[in-house]
Amino acid sequence: MIRARQFLRENARNPNAIAYAVMGVGALAFPAVIQFANNGNGDYLVSLAADSGVYVLLAIGLNVVVGFAGLLDLGYAAFFAIGSYTYGMLASEQLISSPIHHAVHIPFWIALLIGMFVAAGAGALLGAPTLRLRGDYLAIVTLGFGEIVPVFFRNMRAWTSGVNGISALDVPTLPFWITGPWANAQLGIEHNFRFVSFNPTAWYVLVVILISLSVIGVNNLYRSRLGRAWMAVREDETAAAAMGVNTVNTKLLAFAIGASFSGFAGAFYGAKLSLVSPDSFGFIVSITILSMVVLGGMGNIPGAMIGALLLYSILYYFLPAAPAQASALAHSVGMDWLNQSSPNGWPGISEFIHRLQFIMFGLILVGIMLLRPQGLLPSRLRAQELKRGVHDESAVVTA
Amino acid sequence: MSAQVEPPILSLQGVIKRFGGLTAVDQVSFDVPKGQVFALIGPNGAGKTTLFNCITGMHIPTAGRVVFENRDIAGTKPYRTAQLGIARTFQNIRLFEYMSALDNVKVGEHVRMKAKLWDAIFRTPFARREEREVSERAMEYLRFVGIERHADNYARNLAYGQQRRLEIARALATEPHLLLLDEPAAGFTPQEKVELMALVDKIISRGITVFLIEHDMKVVMEVSQRIVVLDHGEKIAEGPPTEVRNNPRVIEAYLGKSA
Repeated sequence: MIRARQFLRENARNPNAIAYAVMGVGALAFPAVIQFANNGNGDYLVSLAADSGVYVLLAIGLNVVVGFAGLLDLGYAAFFAIGSYTYGMLASEQLISSPIHHAVHIPFWIALLIGMFVAAGAGALLGAPTLRLRGDYLAIVTLGFGEIVPVFFRNMRAWTSGVNGISALDVPTLPFWITGPWANAQLGIEHNFRFVSFNPTAWYVLVVILISLSVIGVNNLYRSRLGRAWMAVREDETAAAAMGVNTVNTKLLAFAIGASFSGFAGAFYGAKLSLVSPDSFGFIVSITILSMVVLGGMGNIPGAMIGALLLYSILYYFLPAAPAQASALAHSVGMDWLNQSSPNGWPGISEFIHRLQFIMFGLILVGIMLLRPQGLLPSRLRAQELKRGVHDESAVVTA
Repeated sequence: MSAQVEPPILSLQGVIKRFGGLTAVDQVSFDVPKGQVFALIGPNGAGKTTLFNCITGMHIPTAGRVVFENRDIAGTKPYRTAQLGIARTFQNIRLFEYMSALDNVKVGEHVRMKAKLWDAIFRTPFARREEREVSERAMEYLRFVGIERHADNYARNLAYGQQRRLEIARALATEPHLLLLDEPAAGFTPQEKVELMALVDKIISRGITVFLIEHDMKVVMEVSQRIVVLDHGEKIAEGPPTEVRNNPRVIEAYLGKSA
């Protein structure tokens, strides 16, 4: 009791602790609250939340590379693709039509780990030849890698069905599952449970568990010997080397560990969507994840998570809903003429807003970065850095 | 002073470093005896820091041998030389600016830590215990150089003199046998120089050999037992302070030829 009170007092003013508490409680309450608020028709929103979890995982992973180790990675979606395709090939009928003529059906839980290790391996593979580069040069190489990987999967037709992608992926199964009113059902135990698309709560719970495990792991890493080595390399690579930090290994580990989360995320994404296609992993995905990390607060785990949740909800909830909202608003204030398209070029408010979507998205990003350049929930460090001006980057080019 | 029966801790044998057509270090040979303060002096651009870089592996010598504890380490990677027991500070302070003073020292201890990736991810009891020990030891190093009050401050927020001390603490945390100090007294007040000399004495009494580059003749003469003088990359003199001070070539290098 006393320890609990002391714990509370110590963390009551710690923004990270508050963020974790809010996100934790929010995550637990979300499905039930949403179902209740929508009279049991909240499945779509719960499913959307589960999808946003994929981006939270990706942001956590990219934050390791960019935030902790200071390696600008513009091709992070490549690892996401590798994780997804790994699951796609190992858990579907896909490989029947491949040169090995044999379908592989590895259970989701094992494939999840395989996806993780394959993505980590790809991270190390990319890292090995490129980590002599620093700063902008590294960014360009990762950019290239991010472009190559989806094209590679598209062209490996014999294995990946090319542009059509891999479909009908296996879903995870469990021996039993507890259902209840939060999932819009009677309380009870379901045996031989299969994760299906019309039960988004199960997917939601799964992604929350994956995120929780990831957060614990990354937090431990952050406070470990390796976490300090990452920061040392970010601050001054030469000095870190002189202090006995093997900078090459340290950076390789940052790439590999960062990539492993996208392997996680990729397997989950593939299983939930039941489709993996090369179009899902373009440059825009890499940039979106990077924006999430920067917007949330680089180098701070809960910051990156909040950034991911916020950007995802703007991109996939508020912006798609905006045209209908605008039209309803026009109607309710008695300005129905706004909803009519007119011959002089006015397309009607809903179409107008629809066309403005990406301008609005851009303006929101610019606005947030102007108002809070350090990110929504910055690490203590980044906040200071920006207040005092970024230190010199003169060491960037010296190899 | 103990008789020199022990082999030198560091021995340079005909070290050459060329950058393109420029010869920064030319055929330099000398021995650094164990357990003493050894100084390297010379006018600006004489190649002193280049020589340090050759010893710590930041440069690969074009030719010659760098023998540290009976092992040729020329061309070894910097992190390996740190593991072997050579630590250094930098002429223009290179701390991890946005890490606390304590964390800076902990990075120095990195090389002596044993926690593996597995331990780090799962925060095993071993990792916890090691982290605790490392924190305690890091505090001791801060106390040793006298800046323990600033343990939680960012390195960049420390005063100049404290930053120099922190760099020494960080270097000591790697548990070196040989400590290279690159102009440790640069920009110091006379009072700070006296304190620095006391600190060097304390380091020596821990059994660590100190090899320093310094411009301040008063500091060099007082603190070091043996001096090597470099000019235009060449060794022009070597010996105890009194001898070097009166060497005509040294005077010429510093003050120019008398007309």
